[in-house]
Amino acid sequence: MNAVWLAVATLALYLFGWLWYSRYLAERLYGLDPRFTTPAHRYRDGIDFVPTNKWVLWGHHFTSVAGAAPIVGPAIAMYWGWGPALAWVGLGTVFAAGVHDFGALVLSVRHRGQSVGTMADRIIGRRAKLLFLFIILILILMVNAVFAWVIAKLFISNPAAVLPVALQIPMALWMGRRILRRGGSLLVPSLVALAVMYGTAVLTSRLEWLQIDLVGWLGGEGASTALLGLEATPASFLIWIVVLLGYVYIASTLPVWKLLQPRDYINAQQLLVGLGILYAGLFLLQPAVTAPIYNTEATTPWFPLLFITIACGAISGFHALVASGTSSKQLDREPDARTVGYLGALGEGALALITIIAVATLFAGPGEFLESYSSFAAAGNAGLGNFVEGASQLAGGVGIPPDIAATIVALIIVCFAATTLDSAVRLLRYIIGELGTEYGVHPLARRHVGTSLAIGLTALLVLVPDGGKGLGSGGYLLWPLFGTSNQLLAGITLMLLSLWLYRKGRNPLPTLVPMLFLLTMTIWAMTQQVVFEWSGLGAAEAEWLLFAFGAAILGFALWILLEAVRLFRRRDELEALRDPADEAPELEGGYRE
Amino acid sequence: MSERSEGWRARIARLLEGYDRMLRLGHEAEIRRELEERDDLVMLLLFGEAMGLPNPVSYYTLELYPALIEAYHDWHQRMGMERSPLDHIRCC
Repeated sequence: MNAVWLAVATLALYLFGWLWYSRYLAERLYGLDPRFTTPAHRYRDGIDFVPTNKWVLWGHHFTSVAGAAPIVGPAIAMYWGWGPALAWVGLGTVFAAGVHDFGALVLSVRHRGQSVGTMADRIIGRRAKLLFLFIILILILMVNAVFAWVIAKLFISNPAAVLPVALQIPMALWMGRRILRRGGSLLVPSLVALAVMYGTAVLTSRLEWLQIDLVGWLGGEGASTALLGLEATPASFLIWIVVLLGYVYIASTLPVWKLLQPRDYINAQQLLVGLGILYAGLFLLQPAVTAPIYNTEATTPWFPLLFITIACGAISGFHALVASGTSSKQLDREPDARTVGYLGALGEGALALITIIAVATLFAGPGEFLESYSSFAAAGNAGLGNFVEGASQLAGGVGIPPDIAATIVALIIVCFAATTLDSAVRLLRYIIGELGTEYGVHPLARRHVGTSLAIGLTALLVLVPDGGKGLGSGGYLLWPLFGTSNQLLAGITLMLLSLWLYRKGRNPLPTLVPMLFLLTMTIWAMTQQVVFEWSGLGAAEAEWLLFAFGAAILGFALWILLEAVRLFRRRDELEALRDPADEAPELEGGYRE
Repeated sequence: MSERSEGWRARIARLLEGYDRMLRLGHEAEIRRELEERDDLVMLLLFGEAMGLPNPVSYYTLELYPALIEAYHDWHQRMGMERSPLDHIRCC
């Protein structure tokens, strides 16, 4: 079958979601009002609260939410064949992610631009604030560990990508300084930065002496080394993790404008250019789908693990943090929320879709697919590499040689993951500080104490799980934990949305159904993993670290469910929490159509 | 013909400007915050008296007042002072 049909069918579903379902949400459910004074106008300060053109804001929102996660999840979930992954990405994006992202934006706009955490605190109370902080703590820890693992793995498998990735750092620092001193457009400098990075990628792909190949330098795969008696690959993994965490320590303690933001600027262009090239390659090359629609040989059942393996790309709680943290403060008119929130979710869905297609068209036949995806553990190890190869094959459609395309694809993923790692360690420091203040352990609020703790915990998580092939092969075990904590965060936002709709006398089912679905899948999958996989009661050996995290996540999921039931039964409590800003569509000096 | 190409040129320029704005939206806010913090520090050094800090070089900073009068109003409001705390600067 021609892979173009997969893209056309899913994009048609997205179009249906955009034209029909999001219109229903906007008009009937969220009741968007063009006369409502958005926080961008009401609290305009020229920094955070700035009314922004809806397409500009959509582009910014989309490039902030999309990164490496909607690539890694679907690439691993291809283990069950392309059918389950595509169905979840297609339906999840339209009926869960779109509803969630769009809703989080509207909810925040109707609550003075407050973040989801603040709204949870206000609507449910201090318990919810702590629950929220703990879930984000776990989510961010997982993000750190998983992305550090992803980068180290890509550096080992694509040594040509190391030098161009390293070059991004000085160029981003230069751009940060330039805009601080001179202001103005960064378009040309960032295009120069991209040209330098991609030019270097071409050179490193062809000139072996420019590749930072640690495994080769340590004697090649399987060779024993002096480093803790490890073999070359695990030793290289350890070295890369130490280097990465050292970099992240420094990067995350610098002001954001110095390195993080200019990196984001370059990465946003990489995302848009990369997506454009992959879709153009798909339509020009029209490759055949060679992976099976359903992997009948899969020993790990897809249900319910699929729903926590693909989080970003189907639904991701992290988007609510972006929607309510920054986008809601920049929305010019309330109806713009449909474009920014819903279309932003469709953008990420399009990234997950091209990932599935890239992997589904990679193999020569089903036999080769089964070799690569022989078990769930093998899928975790090979998934990302398969995407890199599949994407470089698609990029061949626009005339880019596969070896150079592979380096550039690996470079793009590493750049996304490194930027996420930087902001995640920063966030983790803030959360550790906040929890420290909450419980009276004040030294935790200090920058270097918080960062050291964040880095230490990340190192522990990324190095301890053992996948059977030594250090670094157990990272895939963390992926379901990342997916679960991300889904739980989405569950909290969907609960807040359902409560808001219920209080307003509107139909809460479009938000309640995805919430119950997510929580059920999360609780089901975590019970399965915690009880049968990590406790040592099943066939596998006990994994105490994963067991502890999994059990905590399971506890949080049950907690959210109980809170939801309690609040739905006590409508009077909800009435007392009505925000006056929500009820006043027209305020002095506000926008009028 | 030339009018049409100018129209296209303007359209492409607008598109590129929108694209640039989209990419630098987050960055700009951080830069403005950083610049504002630096400005606040300069203002604190120049108008220390407003906060009860003695200013040994007020004779020289006096010359800067006319140039900074507009920024001064925003600054004292950011510092949490509704009205101008200095008698000789009546900005509001």
